[in-house]
Amino acid sequence: MTECTAMTYTAKDFKSDAKPVWCPGCGDYAVLSSITKAFADLGLEPHKTAVVSGIGCSSRIPAYTNCYGFHTIHGRSLVVATGLKLARPDLTVLVAGGDGDGFSIGGNHFLHSCRRNVDMTYVVMDNRVYGMTKGQPSPTTEADWDASAMAPPGGTGLTPFNPLAIALSAGANFVARAFSGDPNGTAAIIAEAVRHPGFSFVAIMSPCVTFREEQREWKNVVRPAEGEPATDAAEAAKRLMQDDGYNMGVLYKGDRRPYRPVTGSGKTVADLDIQFAL
Amino acid sequence: MCGSGGAGVMTAANMLLDAAADAGYYALFGRSAGPQIRGGEAAALVRLSAEPVTSVDDTTEILLAIDWQNVHRFAAELPLDGKCVIITDPTQGEVPEVMAKSGARIVELPMKDLAKEIPGGRPNMIALGAICQLIGLPIDTVTEVLGKSLKKKRADAYEASVAAVQKGAEAALTMGETKRLPTVSDKPNRWSITGNEAAGLGAVRGGITFCAAYPITPATEILEWLTSALPKIGGTFVQAEDELASINMCVGASFGGAPSITATSGPGLALMTEALGMSLASETPVVVVDVQRGGPSTGIPTKSEQSDLNIALYGMHGDAPHLVVAPNSIGDCLFTTQWAVHLAEVLQSPCIVLSEQSLGQSRGIIPAPADIAFVGKRLIAEAPAEGEKFRRYALTNTGVSPMPLPGTPGCQYTADGLEHTETGMPSSQAGDHFAQSDKRLRKLTGYEFGDHWATVEGEGELAVITWGSSTGAAREAVMRARADGVKAKLISLRLLAPARHDAMAKALAGVKKALVVEMSHTGQFHKYLRAEYDLPQTQLLNRAGPLPFRPHEIHSRLLAMGGK
Repeated sequence: MTECTAMTYTAKDFKSDAKPVWCPGCGDYAVLSSITKAFADLGLEPHKTAVVSGIGCSSRIPAYTNCYGFHTIHGRSLVVATGLKLARPDLTVLVAGGDGDGFSIGGNHFLHSCRRNVDMTYVVMDNRVYGMTKGQPSPTTEADWDASAMAPPGGTGLTPFNPLAIALSAGANFVARAFSGDPNGTAAIIAEAVRHPGFSFVAIMSPCVTFREEQREWKNVVRPAEGEPATDAAEAAKRLMQDDGYNMGVLYKGDRRPYRPVTGSGKTVADLDIQFAL
Repeated sequence: MCGSGGAGVMTAANMLLDAAADAGYYALFGRSAGPQIRGGEAAALVRLSAEPVTSVDDTTEILLAIDWQNVHRFAAELPLDGKCVIITDPTQGEVPEVMAKSGARIVELPMKDLAKEIPGGRPNMIALGAICQLIGLPIDTVTEVLGKSLKKKRADAYEASVAAVQKGAEAALTMGETKRLPTVSDKPNRWSITGNEAAGLGAVRGGITFCAAYPITPATEILEWLTSALPKIGGTFVQAEDELASINMCVGASFGGAPSITATSGPGLALMTEALGMSLASETPVVVVDVQRGGPSTGIPTKSEQSDLNIALYGMHGDAPHLVVAPNSIGDCLFTTQWAVHLAEVLQSPCIVLSEQSLGQSRGIIPAPADIAFVGKRLIAEAPAEGEKFRRYALTNTGVSPMPLPGTPGCQYTADGLEHTETGMPSSQAGDHFAQSDKRLRKLTGYEFGDHWATVEGEGELAVITWGSSTGAAREAVMRARADGVKAKLISLRLLAPARHDAMAKALAGVKKALVVEMSHTGQFHKYLRAEYDLPQTQLLNRAGPLPFRPHEIHSRLLAMGGK
């Protein structure tokens, strides 16, 4: 196996032989392909790559890759990944999950991961619904959506969470939106996100064909974002706050220094005894 | 020694401790405080001895109050009797009725006025001088300590403090007799350390290189110590956004190959239980130190209790065999935490260390701890042979299966909280659940924990069964009972889970009656013992925190049980 390091890998090498639990037509199949394509395009090696997820339909993704994976608990993927990346800066770490996992139960970690700016990539497959528990409204669900028996009549009446604007204001160093219906475009954005230093956030519109059938129409409304990615946070904020949610592409690229904890001054454990000895 | 915040009680007590240490003594210094950040009442409870001490004594020999502001709140924590001397400053209020009625001898020491006679003089240094004079600690040792801490930085403060200490000592000459320290001839090899510092040192000795934690009283000093210690040895410390983050970061770092620890107290442990289950199911080792405080809920953050036993043992959902250990002295915080890291790493399991506020935040002058060679060593997987599928959760005889470091080619697997097959693929099949449940249990129950499972001392038909900080008082009680002709043994459990049935049966051989001692209102430890072990006729001595057991309480129960 030692010659592995000299090998180049294809997208297929990054996929496992496990059969996904996803429904036929789910957007997440394409996201899986985009992630593995991005890894191959970047020239990464499966054993030096880690995919970490939380709980939900999309969070099943690590076992469908041939990378090191951690399918953690609901809402905690970002912090498990943070520990992993800080302990092992040599690994490429990608975090994946859904809108409920990332923005509701894991919302606090989302804020602090953006702020902490550890060098990793966070891919959220946003379908604006809790799919695994069969159709409850999520933080990104439209206020008036009531097409599910699980939603209150007339909808929640709550303003949807704006993940990109929040990521930007919380300090994420890279903010992008992609559409699962464009797997090559999505792969290119993920590859750029992985390359960009610091915390990169990629929101992927990934339709739930079972509980949000109307999301099949997304392919007709998405469009490439106009102009170059903003490098100025204020300009990016203005664009994101005026955005209708259907502009695809890299929307912000910052130059904040990634978080690296202080470490290493060459002492040994025995040196630490001295302060206590009388 | 007590007074309101800012009176310098803790400073004076620390200097007393340092001076006693210089003179060759052992010590235990507990602190009790109200919840205020500044200006609250504070009490320094100091016991000095020519022998190692791991418990408070029965009563208080000297109670010195720099002022009496809110000091009555400590009344229950300061047992007084007719042999006690209360030293009071007549300008700082009356001795509270609840203390005066003890019959203690009250002597006046105008600390504030005496301090005013010295430019820059402070009442706490007058107090320090008086106490040293009363107990027979040479004033030279105190001035030497002052010299070390003040002379270089602030010569004027040094001069003023020395003068104040001397003035306090002179004033004490007319105060009559009190119990004096025995003389010591040599200076054994000792350390000055708190339980929380000891836990931190034990962690790094055990091989910890990663800590993520969120501040919480009374565990914060562990983080404080690791914040500066870990980077020195090439490790990493992260302050997380909450306890959910800290435990999950630790699990992530451990998955990456870094032995990891976090420290918290009861409320934080409650938040961490879901992630501990993930650590258990995915067999990713992690250590959590819970420095227990009064509970439930926010409880009494600044004071001690032994009441997180239930959550530590049973807090996780599902069938969740894991490790729970508890130190029984300040010095043992080092050994037990180091052992915890060793066990967690070897057994690829979460390990909860149940420390206590009264261990963690107390400073001891203790016998220098031995350098034990326990270092966490995981069974590391190597790349499988060509064409062979790596099985992360292989059903081995011991239940422990080799764990790869990410980066190893051919060993890629997905760690998962979901039940899984031997290769780690999610599975909801009964056969996989049976096999993996049994593997996770087998690796703990089949492990040889050796003699460290408990501290067992002495022989007799009576036994005191206890754990944690209650061990110190129990040990003293057992020794006193022996002097009275009642033979008793001490059994203090260090390993709470998994239970060691054979070892306990051996320890209890010949024991006819046992006294269970614990600081829990509902008797959590007693119930645990009854569930896990065959016990002889058993009595229970228990109460809620924060009042520590005094040796005489256990001693008198032992005498009664022994027919004396």
